[in-house]
Parts: sequence; C-alpha cells; structure tokens
Amino acid sequence: MPEREHKQKAAPKERVEETAEVAAPAKQGEELKEELDDLLDEIDTVLEANAEEFVKSYVQKGGQ
Amino acid sequence: MAIPKVCGIETEYGVTLRGAPDPNPVLASSMLINGYVEGHRIGWDFDDESPGRDARGFAREGSLPPDIETHLVNTVLTNGARYYVDHAHPEYSTPECSNALELVCADKAGERILARSMKAARHLLTAGQEVVVYKNNSDGKGNSYGTHENYLVDRAVPFATLVRTLLPWFVSRQVFTGAGKIGSENGAAPVDFQLSSRADFFEEEVGLETTLKRPIVNTRDEPHADAQQYRRLHVIAGDANLCEVATFLKVGTTAIVLAMIEDGFIDKDLSIIGPVAAMRTVSHDPTCRATVDLLDGGRATAVEIQWEFLRLAQKYADEVGLEACGGDDVGPMVLARWESVLGALERDPMTLDGQLDWVTKLALLEAYAKRDGITWGDPKLSLLDLQYHDVRPDRSLYERLVRAGKVERLIPEDEVVAAITEPPATTRAYFRGTCLSTWPDAVVAANWDSVILDVGSDPLRRIPMMEPLRGTKAHVAPLFAEVTSPADLVARLQE
Repeated sequence: MPEREHKQKAAPKERVEETAEVAAPAKQGEELKEELDDLLDEIDTVLEANAEEFVKSYVQKGGQ
Repeated sequence: MAIPKVCGIETEYGVTLRGAPDPNPVLASSMLINGYVEGHRIGWDFDDESPGRDARGFAREGSLPPDIETHLVNTVLTNGARYYVDHAHPEYSTPECSNALELVCADKAGERILARSMKAARHLLTAGQEVVVYKNNSDGKGNSYGTHENYLVDRAVPFATLVRTLLPWFVSRQVFTGAGKIGSENGAAPVDFQLSSRADFFEEEVGLETTLKRPIVNTRDEPHADAQQYRRLHVIAGDANLCEVATFLKVGTTAIVLAMIEDGFIDKDLSIIGPVAAMRTVSHDPTCRATVDLLDGGRATAVEIQWEFLRLAQKYADEVGLEACGGDDVGPMVLARWESVLGALERDPMTLDGQLDWVTKLALLEAYAKRDGITWGDPKLSLLDLQYHDVRPDRSLYERLVRAGKVERLIPEDEVVAAITEPPATTRAYFRGTCLSTWPDAVVAANWDSVILDVGSDPLRRIPMMEPLRGTKAHVAPLFAEVTSPADLVARLQE
C-alpha cells in the first residue's frame, strides 16, 4: 500500500516540472515587462502631487 | 512544558491632518476613533495599568516610565481590540490571539478599521480637510513610532535567560521582519536603503524606555494576566508589516523561540558582540551578506544565525512538539516558510518580492527608478517609500501590488472583514468582545484582564479575566446562548 502511494505521487511531480520549464520563459520576457510597466503607470495616477513638498511635510512627533 | 504563546500586536499609526492650517495630531487621532465608534464608546479601565514596572524587579534610576493619558480617547471594540490615542498617534492593539495566523488576520483587520475610520472622520472635518494614516514606523526625519508585539511568557524563566537569546534573535530576524526604508536616521551612517525602519532607533541592549534611548529588549513588566504565573514579553524591536507573510513569520518564529527558551532547549550561545551596532549592520545591508561578531569567537551573517535557530526549532518540533506555539496546523507552516525564506535570502533576497515588505518595496523602488532614470535621494522615491504604507485602499501602493496579484496573501479577505467585528474564538478576547456585542450599554468599562458590567443595580460588577486562555468560544458560547441579562451572566459565573 505505501509503495503504491509513493508511485502515484512521483509520476505527476515529473510532469509538473516539465511544464514549468517550458512555460516559464514565455512569461518571463515581454509579457512580464508589460505588466510591470502597466503597474508603474497605474501607480503614477495615485501618487501624491509635488513629491518633495509632500515628503517634507510628513512629520510625526511623540511616538514610542 | 512551555506555556501557550498567546500573542498580540499594537500598532501606532502615523497620522496627518491635511488641509488644516495648524494640524494637531492628537485631535486628528481622536477624530478617527470618535468617527469610527460614533458615539458609542466603551471606556477603558486603567485600574491595572503599571507600565513603569520593570521585569528585572527594579526601577532603573533616571528611567522615565511613560505617562498614561487617561483624558484621551480610549475604547474597546467588539472584536476584543483596544483602539485609542497614544501619545500623538492612533493606536490599534489587536485582541489576544492564540497563533500567528490568527494574529495576521487580527492585524489586517486593524488596517481595515483605520481605513473605515478615515472615511468616518470626514463628517467631523471641515470641507477640504482629510485625516490620513500610514502604517509605518518613522517619518524619515528622526521621529519613530512603534509596532509592538506581545507574547505570554512563563514567569519562572529568569528574565536574563530571555535577554541572552532574544538579543541575537531580534538582531537577526530583521532579514524577514524589516519593512524597508530609504536612507538612515538618528545619527546612523548614511545608506541608500535598509531593511528595517526601526533599526537606527535602538540605542541600548535592555531597558524600560520606549520613547527615547530605545532598548532592543524592553523590560516593561505589565502582564495583564496572573502576575504569579505570567509575563507579557513586550517587543519593541519590530517593524509594522503590510505583507502577511512577514507578519506571520515575525510572530510565528518568535513564538517558537520563546517556547524553546522556556523548555531550556536552546543549548547554544548565539550572543552577538555589540548587538546595538549589529542591529544597524544587519539592517543596512540589503544583500544580507554582512557579518557580525559572535561571543564564541566566530563571525556570522544574520541569515546564518537564523539557520542556527531554525535547526534548533526543527529539532524542538521533533522532540517536544509545537503545541505551545501554533499547534499541529500553524507550527509546521511556520517552520516550512521559515526554511524557504532563509534559503531564498541566501540565494537571492529579491526572489522574496511579494512575501517580505523590504524586498517588495525595494523591487518597486528599483523598477520605478529604472523607468524614470532617477537615483536614491530623488523625492519621488521617498514619496513611494511613504505611500507604500498609506492605509487608504485607493492610495496605498502596497494595496496596488496586492490587486495586481504581486503580493501573496495568507488570509482570505472575508475572514479579515469578519475580524473587524468578531473576536478570535480561542482566547479571552472572545468573552470581552461578546459582552460588548451582546450588551453594549451594560459594559461600563473593560481592559485586557477584566470587564465591568452594569447589572441594573448597585454596585457595578467587575469580572476578572486573569487567564488569557479562559473565556474562549468553546468555554462561554453556550453560556451566552442561555443567559438573558448581564445580571444573569454574573450570577451564572458565580455559581
């Protein structure tokens, strides 16, 4: 019984590794870069205006 | 046997009142809490508070026990949390939790409560004003505010024994607990980016203070429980984390280390020579390769020290078990994540983007700097550093990364939302929270270890809760289902 379990587990593991190797490079390149660019563009739209002034005005006194 | 590691996190949030000519942080904090509670406020009972008591059994000459500001807004929520104004910040103390995963949920619920508070405060403000809060620990100008963890510890363990192991522990765990920060503060050597926002502020190894000359190991001795049996270890050397994996590891691993100390399982002296300086050495090195001197003569990186702790923890799990620190479900999860994170830190820390705050923030800053051709010192990067921690869902850069699927979550959002109003089932927070939700008008006051009820006739009745693991859902839910009034509850408890 334990032997059969072992075999059943081992087989799919190999297949998973194979697919991962083929799939990974495809997403690595252009697609990922595009995703990141989109995210940075999105972040631009929510950033506070006038970074320098804003950061300077953030002062917190009396903390532990 | 180690006692169960009941735990909680207190977070002082950074607060700004925008659009006001002379913004007052105390007022802004009060408006948040008042707005949230909308008039129905449960008073906090200060009878048992003694933050000046020292765990080493004495009050150090010249030390400054913090004042308790009873006039400020202070309330207890139905989820068992305390929500109040501390110094000049809104502070959220989670309810007591029984493991790291539960605490991640309670801590995240705190963020949601602050977000709701900001909305609720709008009707208390004049047009054009807004209260905004940040879950971070420094303003980048030398002012820090804390995120403190608390753990239930056996009083039988000598405090000096705790200190010996906790010093190298707090120094080395920064590699996964850090929230990341641009630059240095408080006279520390200049640096582009560092792991922890708090490291620069630690100036002593051990002590009672929390607001100046901060110690790595804090000695506040205020157990909020049976003082004959328990300590509450008050940890001030940690960052406010947004990444759930970081909070999970911070709490889960520290609970295991404390259990090992209680069981006398740590047979190795991992002491660092000069832990205060080592705090900065580790924090100032995003490659995680810097070494510190060990008392036994060698040198080690923070990650190597962590491997020593992990090996001990794995042995502890095999030989003693993790019953006191997460149980069969959460304990092994902590060990597995701890191991995978240390391995990744050794190979390439940047692969932990989406798991640890400092890496996630650094990856964002580097991508942004590359796109815009800007370098460290550019105010735009400092703005990103700050806005990563903005608690408004539409402005938080951390939330943007979550929505883009770039951050790993451990708790489904519906569980977080439930924890805004419901207490954890596994500690006395359940009793506290359920009293409040069942009879909001009868609870006159509450604190960590008691609830005071108005039973309709004199005198007020104080129900002590000196055992953090009594008053759980399993203990008292059947009772709450049967009783018809606060007077009935008190009568049944006295039986």
